[in-house]
Amino acid sequence: MKVPEQRAGAASFEELAMPLFDQLYNFARWLTQDTAEAEDLVQETFTKALRGFSSFQDGTNFRAWMYRILRNSFLSSRTGLKTMIPLDAEDDESLLPAENTTPESVLIERADRETVQQALTDLPVRFREILLLCEVEEMSYQDIAETLAIPVGTVMSRLFRARKALRNLLRQAASGGKHGV
Amino acid sequence: MACEQWRGRLDAYVDGELREAEDSALGAHLRGCSACSSDILERVQLKRSVKAAGKRYAASAELRGRIAKSMGGRPRRESGWFWKILALPALSLLILSIAVNIYTGRESVRRERVYSELADLHVAALASATPVDVVSTDRHTVKPWFQGKIPFSFNLPELQGTEFTLLGGRVTYFAQTPGAHLIYQLRKHDISVFIFQDRGEATASPSSAPVHAVSFNLENWTQNGLRYFVVGDVGAEDIQALSKLLRDAG
Repeated sequence: MKVPEQRAGAASFEELAMPLFDQLYNFARWLTQDTAEAEDLVQETFTKALRGFSSFQDGTNFRAWMYRILRNSFLSSRTGLKTMIPLDAEDDESLLPAENTTPESVLIERADRETVQQALTDLPVRFREILLLCEVEEMSYQDIAETLAIPVGTVMSRLFRARKALRNLLRQAASGGKHGV
Repeated sequence: MACEQWRGRLDAYVDGELREAEDSALGAHLRGCSACSSDILERVQLKRSVKAAGKRYAASAELRGRIAKSMGGRPRRESGWFWKILALPALSLLILSIAVNIYTGRESVRRERVYSELADLHVAALASATPVDVVSTDRHTVKPWFQGKIPFSFNLPELQGTEFTLLGGRVTYFAQTPGAHLIYQLRKHDISVFIFQDRGEATASPSSAPVHAVSFNLENWTQNGLRYFVVGDVGAEDIQALSKLLRDAG
């Protein structure tokens, strides 16, 4: 989403930001896992963004900018500080159980919406958020990189790990876990 | 093997992140490779499931209303407010800097005018047939001569042991104010010393640093309610040396 040329003043901020309201709330709710916190987070995001709108650079990605503000606000919140695993854990493979040979398509076909939602909830926040940005928000790798302030290469590797972790959770659910179908 | 070559690219393929050439090359491979095709299918399914599952939460109308209100209710006023708060110090800074510029601009114009007028007086006196009205190397002669001619008195330095010689003095006028004009000599160069009452205006000059103006060196300062100007075509050090003598005497 590129920013139109005329963007001085609050009206044009509103024009840009309000269409993102629903998806920002959805993202905030996924991050916080709490309605009240999500509402506060979205409110804070809009307030900060409006205040910082003058520093927003034309030609940069407004949507990624909004998501970055939201995510940074979340990270500095109490819940965010608790839930966000330090980036040192980026390559911690122990988080991820080994893959087995069950055909994935079968698992996923059988997994209903609720199961996938539960699996997403169970994922570490840094996996959950990147999957949401990629699949739900349909952001490009570049936009995700901007939002999360990481290089595109890290986007790719983290996305790969996130999907792998999600498959593992779905597999656990399918093999008789409490979220199984 | 072709599959190995593509294994690391499958995610980027389903995410639409491959470059065009790679994308079509992988597409061609998929048409002939069932293993990679089913792999891709699984990834696409996973994407779809996550997309469907991820669109889960809807904000309350109340929150939307609250935020829309904070944006749209008084958006211009709020942003105007914000800008005013930001702009206020910037604006006052701007005004200040303009004022300072005008002031220093005017000041430098005025200073230059003062300097050139004093230089004119200096030159005019030297060009005159009688540069000084009281001819004396003795300060005890020169100083009393001014009594009753100018509305103030001043002290002159003892020049013994210096290279300076007092030639004499005359009454001068500067900006409708009478003052003392003393002429000193240093190695055949004449130096004018002007002394006026410090009225803080016409004769005032904010800079007491030596300046080089209109080919003369000039120093000025205020002391005991008097403003001194030392003007001459000698070097700045000599002007400073004479100034110091006068200061010490004053």
